[in-house]
Amino acid sequence: MKRIYLDHAATTKTRKEAVEAMLPYFTEYYANPSAIYSFAGEAKKGVDENRAAIAGILGAKPEEIYFTGGGTESDNWALIAAADAYGNKGKHIITTKIEHHAILHTCAYLEKKGFEVTYLDVDELGLVDPAELEKAVRPDTILISVMFANNEIGTIEPIKEIGAVAKKHGVLFHTDAVQAFAHVPIDVDEMNIDMLSASGHKFYGPNGVGFLYIRKGVKIRSYIHGGAQERKRRAGTLNTPGIVGMGTAAKLAASEMEQEGKRQCELRDYLIDRVLKEIPYARLNGDPKRRLPNNASFCFRFIEGESMLINLDLAGICASSGSACTSGSLDPSHVLLAIGLPHEIAHGSLRVTIGDETTKEDLDYVVDKLVKIVENLRAMSPLYEDFMKKNGKK
Amino acid sequence: MYSEKVMDHFQNPRNVGEIEGASGTGTVGNAKCGDIMRIYLDIDENHVIQDVKFKTFGCGAAVATSSMATEMVKGKTIEEAMQVTNKAVCEALDGLPPAKIHCSLLAEEAIHAALWDYAEKNHIVIEGLEKPKTDIGEEEIEEEY
Repeated sequence: MKRIYLDHAATTKTRKEAVEAMLPYFTEYYANPSAIYSFAGEAKKGVDENRAAIAGILGAKPEEIYFTGGGTESDNWALIAAADAYGNKGKHIITTKIEHHAILHTCAYLEKKGFEVTYLDVDELGLVDPAELEKAVRPDTILISVMFANNEIGTIEPIKEIGAVAKKHGVLFHTDAVQAFAHVPIDVDEMNIDMLSASGHKFYGPNGVGFLYIRKGVKIRSYIHGGAQERKRRAGTLNTPGIVGMGTAAKLAASEMEQEGKRQCELRDYLIDRVLKEIPYARLNGDPKRRLPNNASFCFRFIEGESMLINLDLAGICASSGSACTSGSLDPSHVLLAIGLPHEIAHGSLRVTIGDETTKEDLDYVVDKLVKIVENLRAMSPLYEDFMKKNGKK
Repeated sequence: MYSEKVMDHFQNPRNVGEIEGASGTGTVGNAKCGDIMRIYLDIDENHVIQDVKFKTFGCGAAVATSSMATEMVKGKTIEEAMQVTNKAVCEALDGLPPAKIHCSLLAEEAIHAALWDYAEKNHIVIEGLEKPKTDIGEEEIEEEY
């Protein structure tokens, strides 16, 4: 059976060009790029070139890119180090209810350390209201952290407007761009972004490597302590192959962004149209227009997400859900609850994230299967039975 | 993550459906938590469960435990059905992942709820049977589709 991988928001396949670019750095240019001898030159060059390439994509300077172990580390670093550096100025942080746990759990940690966090609501499409944000800014607000695009429902936040509010009030602005970087255009100057987190494996680069953009002048210090790497701000021997792989993937993604983004948007909208037309009592989560090119998120009433995922898996389809049973807790996804969905509907969520190899034929196969799966699960759902009886449909 | 038996019962659930004019019906669980089980029992005058059907809203484990539980009580007397515990259902499925054990609790509760309904309708007392907790989410889902 053919495997149809539609969980690109979870991770992507490392693209062949990235793997090829990485290989020599394992066996030939394996020197520690921080070393003094000339043999380290190639490794250092690999790091520098890719740092510059990533900076270029963001409209940043190379020395503003700091390599990390991934998105979660970047988020932790940005928040905790900002709290450390600016804690004497104030103890108030603003974020949103729909952030990734890398932000939310770090905020919870900071709350324990005496910081106060405002979690902004979002509207039913998952959008933060910049006016609402401005109202939440206080004289002691030291940091605003709003994700660029949501990992579950795909909504792209009004980052430029948020950045303008932050700038107007002189508050540091961090954005978790793990789902957005190398997928949609980002300009840190135009958007007034002070810090930005990204992760290699979300854009066809390798796992275990990411970066934090830190605008020059932002005073945050080390979070990982040790050697003097990364201008003494992030200790640890540089992951040269990882950095080269991530940089290669980023460069290619940037050059293909317009064309591939358009292709994915068309596929995404095709999938959304078919699903909403062919499956009754289905809804699209997130903003229909302001959304990531790869993301389609649905809720199907009367059925539960994990059952759907197992059935899809049996048909060779890899997707994900925000149901409680897939999260290991009794509550469904905090994002789906934050956009106002009742628990019972949030349990029936399905996230499909397409990728560079996804074809229309794949999506046709998926919809054909999904129509049957939803029908079968509803046939054994007591909620559906009650609903149909109540509405005199049976 | 699931045993072969769980997958078998999930893919080919036994006794799915409804029984019109069932002798006893029980619904347990809560839509908020993502699990609802409904069991229909058809019990004859000798207190033997002639037929059983279920409907379940929930994860793979919830569907599989419902299916297995219905198989285990079919053809049994009420007293025998009372012996079908969550542990027995779980063992019959070759175990469940730790996070899914609560699903097997629902299966036992659903059978007990259906038996309670039967006992009430027929004014009998079933030894060891307690009034089931019903915490089905009754709140209306907004019509937004």
